[in-house]
Amino acid sequence: MLALVLFFIFAALCVGGAINLLVQKHPISSALSLIVVMGSLALLYLLLGAEFVAAVQVIIYAGAVMVLFVFVIMLLNAGAEERLSQGSRVATMLGVPALIIGFGITAALVSHIAGLDRIAIGGPKVMHGADLFGNPQAVGHLLFRNYLLPFEVTSILILVAIMGAVVLARREE
Amino acid sequence: MSIGIFILVSIVKILLALFILLTAVAYTVLLERKVVAHMQNRWGPTRVGPFGIWQPLADGLKFIFKEDLTPPYVNKPLYLLAPIIAVTTALTSIAVIPIGPWIKLGSLSTPLQITDVNIGLLVILGVTSVGVYGVALAGWSSNSKYSMLGGLRASAQMISYEVALGLSLIGVLIYAGTFSLSDIVNQQTGTWLGFIPKWNIFKGQIVAFFIYIMAAYAETNRIPFDLPEAETELVAGYHTEYSSMKFAMFFMAEYANMVTVACLASVLFLGGWTGPVWGPPLAQSLIPIFWFAVRVFAFLFIYIWVRGTLPRFRYDQLMAFGWKFLLPLAIANIVVTAFVVAMK
Repeated sequence: MLALVLFFIFAALCVGGAINLLVQKHPISSALSLIVVMGSLALLYLLLGAEFVAAVQVIIYAGAVMVLFVFVIMLLNAGAEERLSQGSRVATMLGVPALIIGFGITAALVSHIAGLDRIAIGGPKVMHGADLFGNPQAVGHLLFRNYLLPFEVTSILILVAIMGAVVLARREE
Repeated sequence: MSIGIFILVSIVKILLALFILLTAVAYTVLLERKVVAHMQNRWGPTRVGPFGIWQPLADGLKFIFKEDLTPPYVNKPLYLLAPIIAVTTALTSIAVIPIGPWIKLGSLSTPLQITDVNIGLLVILGVTSVGVYGVALAGWSSNSKYSMLGGLRASAQMISYEVALGLSLIGVLIYAGTFSLSDIVNQQTGTWLGFIPKWNIFKGQIVAFFIYIMAAYAETNRIPFDLPEAETELVAGYHTEYSSMKFAMFFMAEYANMVTVACLASVLFLGGWTGPVWGPPLAQSLIPIFWFAVRVFAFLFIYIWVRGTLPRFRYDQLMAFGWKFLLPLAIANIVVTAFVVAMK
């Protein structure tokens, strides 16, 4: 029951943050909304029993990646965005409800096909001791035993991306 | 233990931990003023109480009664949010730090920490990494060039040194095989030959310990890494435009972070609460707290000692030191430790 209540609180926070991200005009406000989204996602992971993933989500995304975003916005001193065109009013009047209805129908279809609506509504399953698959040991075993090759290949990919960023950034010399 | 008693015990522990932490923060400030004063051949605070021991209370009262000024042209929501983020994250990270073993009061037994989670260390890293926003947003939202420069310096410095700090802890984690702080302390009990304690620092993590100390000084914006608030060039850095309790919140956050760093150093490297215990059962569960406090005090004293001794780094020296010296050293430490553990 508590898990269900918490799920709805953080899910609402997550969606609210995502909408705010699009609505806000100032880049700092948008970046901060994105931090709220990252943070609530971490708490949703925690509710699912994935403690390690939740902690890493906060450390990497909310703590490191977004700090860099905020840093760059501060450094460039980017001001509020100017909206030149107001956009078509008809599109706003019809488009938003149409989007909501379309999204609702898709969600209903997907959950019907996947059989999710037959699962008893009790919120996310509360995890206990033995079936914790998200603790650091379990994640470590999966990463370094079962998925060692994909893991190493991914790290080389990231390394290449970092090198590329350094080369591109130093090009003008 | 029923849920009611559990919640009651937790609330009592949270209040106690907050009280102890805030008192420690207040008296660290006094300790710093006294120690630095004596190093500079002065007396420091002497007027309020014997040796000035009520000075923190007087300072606190003064902060409350000061005029709370909000300068014009600040970004108001973020200007208000920044000190709240700073102080909240600084106080939260104490929740997972164990200050003693389990304690028994009648039928009730509870660990001497607010909660023992199996990702304890990651919780602290996560919370402190969010704490950067307090400083960065304070600098940006104040709409002042000194604050802005301070905020930029602080975020760049904290991101850079967080890497070295995190990597210096990996060596300890490889040995311990767990993120739970109380398990890490329990693995450090006992001695070799009867007198060398089995602390992680003596188990080959001495390099990691020094990397940790240096990175932690930078993370808490202390001398010799206090560029974000360098008073000779930036007035007061990111908190230039703050006054009254909002300034006090940044001040509390800085000292609370120092206490957390000291606690973490004791837990990870210096054996936490381990030490000789004797006497009746209740004393046996309270003496470890004393040993823990001794370590934390020693660590805070060294903090202040360094402050009284060293000048400030130049900015390029700071970055070069973090990225070109500490980081490779931390990685080398991980490689060596992993090799030793794998060969066992």
